[in-house]
Amino acid sequence: MSFLGEQTPPRNPQSDGWVIQAENLVKIYQMGQVQVRALNGLSLSIHCGEVVAIMGPSGSGKSTLMNIIGCLDRPTSGEYMLDGEPVSKLNDDQLATIRNRKVGFVFQSFNLLSRATALANVELPIRYSGMRRGGREKARQALEAVGLADRMHHHPNELSGGQQQRVAIARALVNNPAIILADEPTGNLDTKSGLEIMELLLNLNREHGTTLIIVTHAADIAGHTQRIIQIRDGVVEQPE
Amino acid sequence: MNVWQAILEAFESLSANKLRAGLTILGIVIGVGAVIAMVSVGRGAQATITESINGIGTNLIFVFRGGSEDVRNPKPITLQDAEAIADPFQAPSVNAVAPVIQDSAKITFGRESTNTSVYGVTPEYSSVRNYRVSEGEFITQENMLGQASVTLLGSDVADKLFGRQDGLVGETVRIEGQPFRVIGVLEAKGGSGFSNADNQVLIPFSTAQARLIHHNIADQVDLLLVEAVSPKAVPDASDEVAQILRTRHRTAIGADDFTLLTQQDFLSTASTITNVLTIFLGGVAAISLLVGGIGIMNIMLVSVTERTREIGLRKALGAHKSDIMIQFLTESAVLSLIGGLIGIILGYSIGLGVSQIAKANNAAITPSIGVDIILIATLFSTAVGLFFGLYPANRAANLEPVEALRYE
Repeated sequence: MSFLGEQTPPRNPQSDGWVIQAENLVKIYQMGQVQVRALNGLSLSIHCGEVVAIMGPSGSGKSTLMNIIGCLDRPTSGEYMLDGEPVSKLNDDQLATIRNRKVGFVFQSFNLLSRATALANVELPIRYSGMRRGGREKARQALEAVGLADRMHHHPNELSGGQQQRVAIARALVNNPAIILADEPTGNLDTKSGLEIMELLLNLNREHGTTLIIVTHAADIAGHTQRIIQIRDGVVEQPE
Repeated sequence: MNVWQAILEAFESLSANKLRAGLTILGIVIGVGAVIAMVSVGRGAQATITESINGIGTNLIFVFRGGSEDVRNPKPITLQDAEAIADPFQAPSVNAVAPVIQDSAKITFGRESTNTSVYGVTPEYSSVRNYRVSEGEFITQENMLGQASVTLLGSDVADKLFGRQDGLVGETVRIEGQPFRVIGVLEAKGGSGFSNADNQVLIPFSTAQARLIHHNIADQVDLLLVEAVSPKAVPDASDEVAQILRTRHRTAIGADDFTLLTQQDFLSTASTITNVLTIFLGGVAAISLLVGGIGIMNIMLVSVTERTREIGLRKALGAHKSDIMIQFLTESAVLSLIGGLIGIILGYSIGLGVSQIAKANNAAITPSIGVDIILIATLFSTAVGLFFGLYPANRAANLEPVEALRYE
């Protein structure tokens, strides 16, 4: 796993060791006549290199928080710094650029393009980064890093669920992001491959210090992490 | 993301649904094919008409009675006018003048009969109109002087009456009941349409005047054919003819009671008509291209909906709006471009088919398809693809990544 070795932190020196600093996040959805406060003044900080689980019942605002952390959505009010950069006021295309550079997504249902090979799937974020050369090589290294060197030219439907999730992790890694945001990464996998995937993610963190944020329902998955953040009614539930 | 990669990817995703892509392309194929076919046939017809007008002779001027609608009681053109124009001192640019009187008549041989045009002409007519006989000889000065009852048959007339075009000299036909001896058969000129040169009979001018075609005014002619000394002298000759006629008819200034038509006039009139026709046909065909374009839009909208998750994913991975836009626009442009290219081939084939049918009906139309038409059709079909792809692509580009990722 030499791939991330040279490139991992230094992260942004401005960040002061915090990769995520959220102050007083409020997110209000307008559902017809009714206003729904999905986030209600939530504050949250995550250190560089931390492994964190975000848990909470459905309707707690967990998904909304994840969307904001992943820069897929903007808070209605509040400040959010990702890797030292204030992102709560950026426009759509600026957010896309931030996502491309700083966030690696791992989804429950893998979300691979079925028409493209594993290699092409992993190459996708590099293509959107505007990099002209060397994308293929980086994609190859990322696939090697997740142990799929021999499956590069396979299509997703020729891979097992665990392998597909590995491809997705390679895709999340390939642009060397500040955080990897995994939404129920083992939710569609059997126990054994689920454990393997968790092992892989934790390994990445251990060896390269990649910040890992896992959104999950499963307590055993959360048990692998260093810190559990419980969300309830749009705020972080303080441990008593 | 470079262009080549985008096109490659477009092919990839289109080939995921080949039947659908094929049917969409078919819409464009039919549209472009129809436009190309119509325009190439129209142009071919134009070329044919231009050619047949050129066949009239490049240095001819037609002189008719009657000017603009405002001029009342136009004086007829008479043999004396013709003689004045033929005078080399008054009209040095004029080489020859052929007066013509014309009527339609029933012509019979035995039990066969046909209705055709009878022209009373002078010997000059042969050289002025460039007519040749396939057998026998043209009307002579002696025929004129003797008001001889002789006639030249057009090839179609000969076919109808005798079923052949040779061995007819010496036969007697009846024109409006009067016997005329056949002295020759005109060489077939081909062509059809306004004045079929093969469906006519010629008789001496004097004979026609005395026995067949009666006008109220003595020596009135229906048409003067004036031949200029050279194609370049046509404008001068026109001026001279007009000057002579104005003097002889004593017309007020600007109130000519005659009309001069040169080959140029015919050409410009004919090309105006064929242009309008081509535009009309092309316009009708363009409607089917429009329908094809709507087909593209339809299928792209379906495709955007189907691939909402893919779009959401791409956006999550950092695709800008423009990246998504380009992706879908490339797909619709590729669809329409393929359709356009196949359509050009189809359209040209249809054009060739039409020309075969035309040939079977004795009208030579060679479909003409120029580089310009191919370029325009290609550009136009691509533009159709881009235009109708714009809305779906824009819709895709503006999807919210959160919503799109959640889409089932």
